[in-house]
Amino acid sequence: MIYDCLIAPFAANAFLLNALLAGVLVSIACGIVGTFVVLRGLAFIGDALAHGVLPGVAIAMLLGLPGMVGAAAGALGMIFGIGFITRRSNLSSDTAIGLLFVGMLALGVAIVSRSHAFSGDLVRILFGEILGIRATELAIQLAATLVIALTARICYRPFLLLCFSPEQAELSGFPPRRYHAIMLALIALTVVVSFRTVGTLLVFGMLLAPAASAALFSRKITTMILTASGIGAGSVYLGLLASYHFNLAAGAAITLAASILFFLLLWVRQLLPASPARPRMAQGARP
Amino acid sequence: MTAVLASQLCVGHQGETVVADLNFRLEPGQVLALVGSNGSGKTTLLKTIAGLLPPVSGTLEVLGPGPRRAGGIAYMGQFHPSSFMLPLRVYDVVRMARYAAHGLFGRMNAADEQAVQEALATLGVLDLAEAPLNALSGGQRQRVFLAQAFARDAGLVLLDEPAANLDAGARAIYRKRVRQLSEAGCSIIIATHDIDEAAECDTTMLLAHRVVAFGPSAEILTQEALLATFGMVGKYREGGIVIVEREHGHEDCEH
Repeated sequence: MIYDCLIAPFAANAFLLNALLAGVLVSIACGIVGTFVVLRGLAFIGDALAHGVLPGVAIAMLLGLPGMVGAAAGALGMIFGIGFITRRSNLSSDTAIGLLFVGMLALGVAIVSRSHAFSGDLVRILFGEILGIRATELAIQLAATLVIALTARICYRPFLLLCFSPEQAELSGFPPRRYHAIMLALIALTVVVSFRTVGTLLVFGMLLAPAASAALFSRKITTMILTASGIGAGSVYLGLLASYHFNLAAGAAITLAASILFFLLLWVRQLLPASPARPRMAQGARP
Repeated sequence: MTAVLASQLCVGHQGETVVADLNFRLEPGQVLALVGSNGSGKTTLLKTIAGLLPPVSGTLEVLGPGPRRAGGIAYMGQFHPSSFMLPLRVYDVVRMARYAAHGLFGRMNAADEQAVQEALATLGVLDLAEAPLNALSGGQRQRVFLAQAFARDAGLVLLDEPAANLDAGARAIYRKRVRQLSEAGCSIIIATHDIDEAAECDTTMLLAHRVVAFGPSAEILTQEALLATFGMVGKYREGGIVIVEREHGHEDCEH
């Protein structure tokens, strides 16, 4: 009974197993990048990037090019756009990024509306096609996840310093602008490789929800990354299972699972006693 | 090697001058207090010396001519907005001070770990080493940030309102550590509102968008110079009566 309910769907359906593998890879990428997005308060930039790829994907679809190429071009455009308006605008960066974000979203929808299969295309871009993942896409996802993990490992110290204080990063010989740009590029790469799986709308949820859940219980960045990846992978499994048994949209079910897990863990955290700064000996303390 | 040498230096933001015509020299082991009211230019000057802001004009040499060496300067700013939410242990926050010496890939060694432990112990937060930063009180967090600045083993330490949030005990510990660093040849610049703290420093610079006075603290901290800096001076007499003398009219008000 338990096997039939929890494991058989993946053992019997190759497309579901592929979806699970792709989802786990997305979870690892989002766990790494989402941790820094949450710690640095880049959620809105992440949201803008996730939606800013829409015009690029739409143009690529109209021209018959791979969606990922369009998404990459769209993300690149958004990074430059965000950088430009953050430097030049007298408005708060939230307002400027918000305007850019809705403008790009509207442009994407306007372009897609030129397509004959408007609503189908739009739903595919926004919510992904996790149940239609092919082996080549899995390979691309794996390669991108490895690049993200390797870059985060190399840039661990400047990323940590950026989370703490860009000024301290600068004084330690790590130019904040350079590493901020690398961080934005990692967010963009995560969005670009993940939009096929969970869609541009839901990739943002996968970036935030597992990392935010992990932040509730973590005291170290590495622990937070691992916990976020685990929670993300669990959300993918639960979402796919719910999608299979209750005939729900898979991408939405995954992100819904991640969001429900966050609120559940937040509730558990509230029930636990607060962890005050209890004196504890630090002899031999090693990170 | 002179720690700081400023000549015709103008500091400010985005080309707009906040303090002009700064000419001063800070020798190794000297402790300088920057005293002035809010917005007088203390933080702007500190950040310019740290290399976080470019000078508007003039010349500034820090720890000798040429570009600043990574890790040569320790800086503790006033605001750490992210520290309220960062899920980091106190130990890891102080350990970040040692990254400058090792770049992206260099391994931390026993000397680094010892410097971190010593800085934590000096500021009295060694027993909080494994506590998450976001669970600390304001005063405890301030001690951690001071430990981070002291753990760097820098030739020049810049501290912006370091005694804010510190209780009397922590303040005494911090001042003792400043004196020890100075005796070891480290130069220190402290931005402060606290006249008592400035009086303990070797030299003081009074700022009010200009240099009101600069020199040995004992000579500089006069009532006239403080009036010119703050516009008013508070005095405490027996019974807690406060006399406020205003710059214009020099009227006395008793409360």
